Amino acid sequence: MTLSLRALLGATAIAAIGSAALAETTITVATVNNGDMIRMQGLMDDFNTKHPDIKVEWVTLEENVLRQNVTTDIATGGGQYDVMTIGTYEVPIWAKQNWLVSLNDLPASYDVEDILPAIRGGLTVDGQLYAAPFYGESSMVMYRKDLMEAAGLTMPDAPTWTDIEKFAAAMTNKDTGVYGVCLRGKAGWGENMAFLTAMSNSFGARWFDENWVAQFDQPEWKSTLDFYLNLMTNYGPPGASNNGFNENLTLFNQGKCGMWIDATVAASFVTGKDSTVAEHVGFALAPDNGLGKRGNWLWAWTLAIPASSQKQEAAKTFIDWATNKDYLALVAENEGWANVPPGTRTSLYMNEEYAKVPFAKMTLDSINSADPTNPSVKPVPYVGIQFVAIPEFSGMGTTVGEIFSAALAGQKTSDEALAEAQALVSDEMSAAGYIQ
Amino acid sequence: MSTHSTRLASRLMVAPSVLVLFVWMAVPLAMTLYFSFRFYRLLTPDRSGWVGINHYKWFLNAPEFWLAMGNTLALVGGVLLITVVLGTLIALLIDQPVKGQGALRILVIAPFFVMPPVAASIWENLFMHPQNGLFAALAQGLGMQPILFLEQYPMSSVIGITAWEWLPFATLILLTAMQSLSSEQLEAAEMDGASSFARFRYIILPHLTRAITVVILIETIFLLGIFGEIYTTTQGGPGSASTTLPYMIYKQAIIAKDIGRAAAGGIIAVILANIVAYFLMRGLGRNLDA
Amino acid sequence: MARAISPQRKWLTTIAAWIVAIVIFFPVLWMVITSFKTEASAVAMPPQLFTASWTTENYADVWARSDYPRFFMNSVIIAVGSTLLGLAIAIPSAWAMAFVPGKRTKDLLMWMLSTKMMPAVAVMIPLVLAFQALGLFDTRIGLVLALMLMNLPIIIWMLYTYFKEIPAEILEAARMDGAGLWNEIVYVLTPMAIPGIASTMLLNVILAWNEAFWTITLTTTKAAPLSAFIASFSAPQGLFYAKLSAASTMAILPILILGWFSQKQLVRGLTFGAVK
Repeated sequence: MTLSLRALLGATAIAAIGSAALAETTITVATVNNGDMIRMQGLMDDFNTKHPDIKVEWVTLEENVLRQNVTTDIATGGGQYDVMTIGTYEVPIWAKQNWLVSLNDLPASYDVEDILPAIRGGLTVDGQLYAAPFYGESSMVMYRKDLMEAAGLTMPDAPTWTDIEKFAAAMTNKDTGVYGVCLRGKAGWGENMAFLTAMSNSFGARWFDENWVAQFDQPEWKSTLDFYLNLMTNYGPPGASNNGFNENLTLFNQGKCGMWIDATVAASFVTGKDSTVAEHVGFALAPDNGLGKRGNWLWAWTLAIPASSQKQEAAKTFIDWATNKDYLALVAENEGWANVPPGTRTSLYMNEEYAKVPFAKMTLDSINSADPTNPSVKPVPYVGIQFVAIPEFSGMGTTVGEIFSAALAGQKTSDEALAEAQALVSDEMSAAGYIQ
Repeated sequence: MSTHSTRLASRLMVAPSVLVLFVWMAVPLAMTLYFSFRFYRLLTPDRSGWVGINHYKWFLNAPEFWLAMGNTLALVGGVLLITVVLGTLIALLIDQPVKGQGALRILVIAPFFVMPPVAASIWENLFMHPQNGLFAALAQGLGMQPILFLEQYPMSSVIGITAWEWLPFATLILLTAMQSLSSEQLEAAEMDGASSFARFRYIILPHLTRAITVVILIETIFLLGIFGEIYTTTQGGPGSASTTLPYMIYKQAIIAKDIGRAAAGGIIAVILANIVAYFLMRGLGRNLDA
Repeated sequence: MARAISPQRKWLTTIAAWIVAIVIFFPVLWMVITSFKTEASAVAMPPQLFTASWTTENYADVWARSDYPRFFMNSVIIAVGSTLLGLAIAIPSAWAMAFVPGKRTKDLLMWMLSTKMMPAVAVMIPLVLAFQALGLFDTRIGLVLALMLMNLPIIIWMLYTYFKEIPAEILEAARMDGAGLWNEIVYVLTPMAIPGIASTMLLNVILAWNEAFWTITLTTTKAAPLSAFIASFSAPQGLFYAKLSAASTMAILPILILGWFSQKQLVRGLTFGAVK
């Protein structure tokens, strides 16, 4: 014990001397604890070999805690981080505050044009790219082929909401604990409201009209919420008001859901080793209502450099390494094509090897059919599909999410919920100065 | 018994703790008070200015405010009741000469070692979950429908989880106090033919009053500020069914990033805590002198 | 401690005590069991005990994914440092308040507790700003100070209570013998107060060890303790209960062992007290 401890201390001391001699730059990278990011930390040998002068310190945190820490740091000018992992919601807001460093000067080999246009558009403000996407996702229908077959049904590639209701009814069997459809019910702007806002687009609803007037009193929202509540009450699992992504993933993997409409990234989990239904899973586009918009969202985790960083050059070098084509090839070589971070580059989807991954095509089609600048049937003053890219949204979205979650738990009618949402959002928008 | 010099010495001995605590309290309090009258949202720093008492009004007019106040008090009261009663009983039981006392004590205080977010996550997912939880399996085994803990009884569930976390604290303090009770006194009472209930009522309980008072006061202060368990399990829902005052503040500070409103909520929380503390001291204060 | 009771009753109370203890301990036990299951087995329904697929992979994974020793060392330094510093400041204060009480002692005690009344989230930004300004952000000394101040009222309160248990006559006697204030504290009071001090120490080490808001908010890499380590394993996308259980077991094991040893310390202190 003492010996090994001493050896350890000795090693640290030597390492310290060694690093001093190399004039190493240490950068701190704040990141979310999802599978792709953890995988990257396992592949750091490649980076260290290519850039021995840059040492990377990781801060890996759960999504909500990460968001809390990086937002505090950037808003107070703390300068603790050199690279931050942020989502497509934050990028345009932070860029407008001049909190992020432009990435327009990445080397030509980076090939910015290769990044999927739908994703790149959301990360560009006034012609400047402010964040490099690490992985992108949309949402889609995941369903049980065996249950559909048993009910004598086939899933179209592009189902309507009416189809979904019909299939859900057919697959529900409460005696065996199989529920036709599992959807998010847990309150939060990134939980149930991500799903419901995206869904509402396909019903022709929108958060605001062109003058920032809240639209929850409109019939489109009423039909969205009624449809959702009816679907979940009749064919959803009990206690759904507390189900988020992970809870539904668990249920689906245990064979308790006929369908699950959620992030495309879930495809690799439901067909993975922890799933009891892996060989029975099929995929389809998110449903529509014949109005020209589908209920799928668009999200990307991206790497950005805060303006307060003192080591922006080293940070850029790291971002280049972490999000360029070579990195995708590196993951494929070490972990197989199915584990390559999806949804960022056109070239990945041109790759014949990657095309063999069962959910590759559906993911690309879903992402391509999403248009953050024009999310709903009617015109809107905001950018974002499952969110509204204004600073006030995270707070409002979460409170509205709570109201809708209460409606799902049966504590409120849909009319009461919508009236409350309307009043709340109107107040907040006035307080924030959007409405004079 | 105190001479002039001991008084002076005792003042000097109290001074450092008073001094550091004063700075620790005053600086954040002053800043919070200042922010509570300001427009200060992290994501729109270019907009700022005085807003008067708007943030306070916002809190008092929020539809869930009074519910949240009630929930806060229910959480404090419920957890106190469970931990003090069960804590006393468990301390009594373990204080008996039983086999493996050391191991027993460790088992009983073990919940306190688990980090609160983890404890809440374990209860939510491995016990209370309506499809995967142990309780659901138990219910199904008995041929019953699983109870939807977090949907139908959100506040009781949160109280239950928090009580489980704090039970060891109460038990440990009460046990330590019990062990300082002289066994001669109890033996004498036993020889005089006092029943075990009488021994508890007239010897043990009076001996424990100060410890119980301390448990109540310390736990109250901790419990008045709790939000992590709610954030992990119910997110204050469904709706606002399990929203407490600290959780309301959490939502403003962390999710909406409205520092001004959060500050006003903090001041309201301090006022509430002072009121609670005032009544506690009036009711229990004399126990401290004993 | 030598109360005469029948062997029968002793066995009954033993059984009752063990049942109660196991019920209370069960969730922790279940967490440890879960940490040795595969992720799929951890959420299987009905819950698996004997049919589960066992693995130590979760531990290997957690170990490989993060620098556990560094988080661990930070936790030790912060928890022990803040407790010792807190005791150094609190023992004299609690002594003075317990044995030389003034009219304002109770108010003072209550005021100390009131410094904990502000909910942490409400002062997050003020404190972050203060820590940045003082250069204490992401430093161990910063966290030692913050947690010490946070727990100081609790330390004082607990010590005050335990000191109050000590009969004043003993102190009188010592004073009659001509013992000075310092000697009185060191040779008379402290030995008698050891169980109380040990119990206070243990509780405060635990409180500091488990603090999961400030220790995450005020650190990034250098000073991050086990709470940050846990935050990197909770709620990622995908199943995580087994890995979270493993990480959590690794976080509580050291302090559980400490608890075990301090139990012995508590008992030793007690017998010492009984001999008096």
